[in-house]
Amino acid sequence: MSSFLSQEVPLSWYLILSAILFSLGVVGFLVKRNLITIFMSIELMLNGVNLSFVTFAHQWHAVKGQIFVFFVMMVAAAEAAVGLAIIIAVFRARGTLAVDRIDRMKL
Amino acid sequence: MTIMPLWLIPLFPFAGFLINGILGRRMPKWRVTAVALLAPLAAFGVVLIAATTVYLPFGAAKFAPSNPPNYGWSSALLPYVEGFGSWINIPALHIDFSFVLDHLSLVMLLIVTGVGFLIHVYSVGYMNDDEGYARYFSYLNLFLFFMTVLVLAGNALVMFVGWEGVGLASYLLIGFYFQKKSAAEAGKKAFIVNRIGDFGFLIALFLLVANFGTLTFTEIAAKLGQDPGWNGGVVTVIALCLMLGAAGKSAQLPLYIWLPDAMEGPTPVSALIHAATMVTAGVYMVARTHVLFDHSPFALGVVAVIGASTAIFAATIAVAQNDIKRVLAYSTISQLGYMFLGCGVAAYSAAIFHLVTHAFFKALLFLAAGAVIHSLGGEQDLRKMGGLWKKLPVTFAVTTVGVFAISGFWPFAGFYSKDAILYAAFLQGTSGKLLWFVGVFTALLTSFYMFRLWYLAFLGEPRGPQGHLHESPWSMRGPLVILALLSICGGWIGIERSAGWINMERFSGFLAPVLGATAAEGSWRLAVPFTSHLLSLETVLSIVAVLMALEGWMIADKYYRRKLTRPALLAAAYPGSYKLLASKYFVDEFYGTVVVKPLLRFSKYFLEWVVEIGILGGAAWLLGGVANFAGAILQRWQSGNLRSYAAWLAAGAAVVLVFLLVPWASALAGLPAIHLGVAGH
Repeated sequence: MSSFLSQEVPLSWYLILSAILFSLGVVGFLVKRNLITIFMSIELMLNGVNLSFVTFAHQWHAVKGQIFVFFVMMVAAAEAAVGLAIIIAVFRARGTLAVDRIDRMKL
Repeated sequence: MTIMPLWLIPLFPFAGFLINGILGRRMPKWRVTAVALLAPLAAFGVVLIAATTVYLPFGAAKFAPSNPPNYGWSSALLPYVEGFGSWINIPALHIDFSFVLDHLSLVMLLIVTGVGFLIHVYSVGYMNDDEGYARYFSYLNLFLFFMTVLVLAGNALVMFVGWEGVGLASYLLIGFYFQKKSAAEAGKKAFIVNRIGDFGFLIALFLLVANFGTLTFTEIAAKLGQDPGWNGGVVTVIALCLMLGAAGKSAQLPLYIWLPDAMEGPTPVSALIHAATMVTAGVYMVARTHVLFDHSPFALGVVAVIGASTAIFAATIAVAQNDIKRVLAYSTISQLGYMFLGCGVAAYSAAIFHLVTHAFFKALLFLAAGAVIHSLGGEQDLRKMGGLWKKLPVTFAVTTVGVFAISGFWPFAGFYSKDAILYAAFLQGTSGKLLWFVGVFTALLTSFYMFRLWYLAFLGEPRGPQGHLHESPWSMRGPLVILALLSICGGWIGIERSAGWINMERFSGFLAPVLGATAAEGSWRLAVPFTSHLLSLETVLSIVAVLMALEGWMIADKYYRRKLTRPALLAAAYPGSYKLLASKYFVDEFYGTVVVKPLLRFSKYFLEWVVEIGILGGAAWLLGGVANFAGAILQRWQSGNLRSYAAWLAAGAAVVLVFLLVPWASALAGLPAIHLGVAGH
């Protein structure tokens, strides 16, 4: 067991986790109707990508990947602020957050 | 060598146009007047200075008689060319912005700016109460600008600019009272009829470029001179096209119809543009391009026939008109016909001579008619005038001078110029005799209808309400008196007397460096000794012409001096002919039926319904329909459902992924496959 614990987690596990997170995000984005849930799915995708960035940064001993992560987090934070504001505005205007019913732009 | 900056001559009127055109409505009236008068005066001053600069140093020594006569007018300074850089510069063609001052353009410039200035002065009085005072003067200055450009042009393209420009100014001034429907339509008519002529001019320009590779007048003349083989053929076509242009601008058959209608404009405009200057542009253009006509006897013959037939045709119409301005308009057409007759018998200098004297006496007659109309409060019908000589003595006196001048009585101006043309025609063989006869008969008619106007307007008993008649202000009478003096003396520039010789060829001698020797130059015809050969051919001919004019006067006297029952009886005796003349041979109606109506029909039924609605509209509808149809299908993608968008996005990403990762798909898409492999430590 000690040998097991002392062993490094293989790279592929990180990547697989990253892919799982990303796919969960995609599926959530596609199947959920609530705008907030969709929004959270997007965050999930972003974080899945972040994880792979960090993984590769560690693998290649390159700091660039980690810098990317910071950028992504920063943009995600800004996006969260703007997105939530929009969601609130939409809710006030339409009284619902179900994306199927927010379709007034349709011809 | 610099004579004078020629560009100043058009510049002044153009500045006047800009100032009065832009600021005129906001300026006080005296300032508008000042600008309007200073512009032509300054231009006239520049022309005068240029003329004296050319001729003063040469003194009088040139009049010594010799054989052939050396008139000494070939000043070393002329022709003086002023270029302002190139306009079109391509391998096949080089055209400059260039002005030329030579004997011909000098004469024309003196007329245009001099008579132009007088008419500006007159207009100050005539247009005094008009709302569009500033607008009127800005247009008038614009006209002077383009006219000086036309006259100064060193090549046909610059001339075309002026040519179109004076057409524009003419259009604007004919339609000056644009609230009146008839005036607006007269303006359009003038413009459209002139387009037909301009079409000919343009074709001539294209042919000149194609065959000579240049539009500069002197270069064309040089090329024609080098190769004696240039005869007939394309030169004839070019000359005829030019003549078509001239016929449009100078109101000759068959394009004269716009000029009588142009009388809708203010009377000073009729005097300046539609009598003295613009309508003579055609004559000037033919004289300017005379080398082409010289190489084509056929074209010359056409010019002569058009001129002679227009002269007599318009004169017969003038006989039966009752509107004072229309009489003068047809008279102008007729006199222009004389000028073309002169051009057609290659007596270009005689034509220009008649142009000059005609500018004097016809401007005088129009302005006097304007004074009459002004005094009568807008009345133009001769039948309602009469007995005006007591109340308008100055106008009566100057009109008398004008009538005598246009009828060709010695020693008035018209005598000399008309005589020169008729003599030149007489020398042209048998057909020339016929042309001469037509010209002389026209002289009789001219004299008749002018004296008819004279009797109807000024003599006899008043036939209409003439309440508060008053002579015009001095601003109007002054130009009248000056023009009257010029109408008396204007012809004398053609004579010179030195050492016992009377030489009637002075004017053509002056123009000879530009226009070449006249047909009769070789015989040195008119330098007759003062004492003998008084009954030379020309003397006889001029006596005949004067007798004809006298006859015309007598007829008019017989019919119109006393009660007006006689003309009415005559009209009643020949109702058909009278109606034909009074209705101007129904030419307007004829054109209306043969040209205008079919054109309108064609426009309505073919152009509007087939081309506009069918082809153009159909194409537009087809394009719109295709876009609409495609949109109707494609709009289904835009479901408004966020999740469907996301699904498309994901599907697209999946497809890209497949193409990148699956080797055979990459190969199919022509992409290098990415081989995944995790590099270990």
